[in-house]
Amino acid sequence: MERTTIDLWFGAFVAAGFAALLVLALKVGNLGAQRPAETYRVEARFDNIGGLKLRGPVRSAGVLVGRVADIHFDTERYQATVALALDKRYQFPKDTTASILTSGLLGETYVGLDAGGDDKKLAQGDRITITQSAVVLEKLIGQFLFSKAQEEPAAGQ
Amino acid sequence: MLERVARPVARLGANVIDGIWRIGVMARFFGLVLISSGTSFSRFRLVMREVYFSGVLSLVIIIVSGLFVGMVLGLQGYETLQTYGATESIGVLVALSLVRELGPVVAALLFASRAGSAITAEIGLMKATEQLTAMDMMAVSPMARVIAPRFWAGVISMPVLAMLFSAMGVFGGYLIGVVIIGVDNGVFWGQMQAAVDFRYDVLNGVVKSFVFGIAISVIATFQGYDAPPTAEGVSRATTRTVVTSALVILALDLVLTAFMLRAQD
Repeated sequence: MERTTIDLWFGAFVAAGFAALLVLALKVGNLGAQRPAETYRVEARFDNIGGLKLRGPVRSAGVLVGRVADIHFDTERYQATVALALDKRYQFPKDTTASILTSGLLGETYVGLDAGGDDKKLAQGDRITITQSAVVLEKLIGQFLFSKAQEEPAAGQ
Repeated sequence: MLERVARPVARLGANVIDGIWRIGVMARFFGLVLISSGTSFSRFRLVMREVYFSGVLSLVIIIVSGLFVGMVLGLQGYETLQTYGATESIGVLVALSLVRELGPVVAALLFASRAGSAITAEIGLMKATEQLTAMDMMAVSPMARVIAPRFWAGVISMPVLAMLFSAMGVFGGYLIGVVIIGVDNGVFWGQMQAAVDFRYDVLNGVVKSFVFGIAISVIATFQGYDAPPTAEGVSRATTRTVVTSALVILALDLVLTAFMLRAQD
C-alpha cells in the first residue's frame, strides 16, 4: 500500500491521543497505584458515622488498609452498619477497635482501626464489636457550654 | 395599533417554529449521515484526510491553550488554597478541574470555533458553487463522500484533543506549582493520584468529549449543508455553527455532569 503524509499525521495524532490517555491514567489518575487485589469484609456498627462516605479510606496507624464497601442504616438497632473491605495482606486481631476519625479540621472522614491483643484474627464476615462514633462538633460545644454553666455558680461563691 | 403589537409577536412565533423545524430536520440529517457512513469506513482514507484538517491542524491551539489554562489554574488555585494553608492540594485542584470539566468543555469550544466553522464554510461553499449537485449528477452521494467523513473525523478528533488539553493543562499546573512556586514534587503528584479516579474522573471526561464531538460534528455539517447558497448565507451559517455549538456544549455538559455525579454516589 502506498504511504502518504496524511497517514503519518493520522498515526501521530492517534498516538498522541493514546499517550495523553496513558499520562492521565498513570501519572494523574490512580490506575498506576497498586490496588488492593483481594479483600475480606468485616462489619462494624456505629451510633454516628459523621461524614463517612462510600469508598472512604480505612486506615490503621495512618496506612491505608482498606475501603468502606457499604453503609446502611439498621432499623432494628437504629445504628449505622458499615461494611469494610480490608486488604488480605493485613490481618487484625478480633478485638480491634474501629473509630470514625477526621484527618485535620477540614479533611476527609475515615475509619481508623486500632489493633487489640487477641490471638484470633478477624475473618470474612466477622463483626468488629468495639467501635467509637464520630465526634459531632455541635454536641461537643454544647457539652462544653453546659459544663461551664454548671461551674459558674460554684466559682462565684 | 394592533398591527404594531401583532407583527413582533408573529415574528417571534415564526422564529420559534423555524427553530423547532430546524431541530427536526437536523435529527433527520443525523440519521441520514449515520446511514450513509458505510463509505467512510470502507474508504477510511477519506476520514483520515478530514482528521488531518480538523484534528491535527487544531493541535497547536489545543496544546497552547491547555498549557495556559493549566498555568492560570495553578496560580489562581495557589492564591485561594494559601488562605487555608492547603497549597499541597494544588495538584488535585488543577487535575480534577481539567479532567472533569475544563478539558472536555474548553477543548470542545475551541474545536467548534477552529474546525467546526471551517467545516461549515467548506460545505456551504461547496453547495453554493453547486459542487454537491454536480456530485449528485455523477451518482456520487455527497452525503457519503463529503458529509459523513467530516462527521466521523470530528467524532474521532474530539476525545483525542480533549485528552491532550487535559494532559497539557496538568503539565502547566506542574510548571507553576512545582517549578515556580515550589510545592513539593512528590506531594503534588501523590495527592493528585490519590484524588483522581481513572474510571469516575478520566473516563467520564472522555465520554463527555465524545458526546461533544458528535454534537459539534452534526451541527457543523448540518449548518453547511443547510446554508443558503449565497455569500451571506454561508457567513451566517458559519456564525450559527459557533454559537449553536457553544450553547449545545454547555447545556450538554450540565446534563452529563448531573448524571455522572449522581452515578458516582
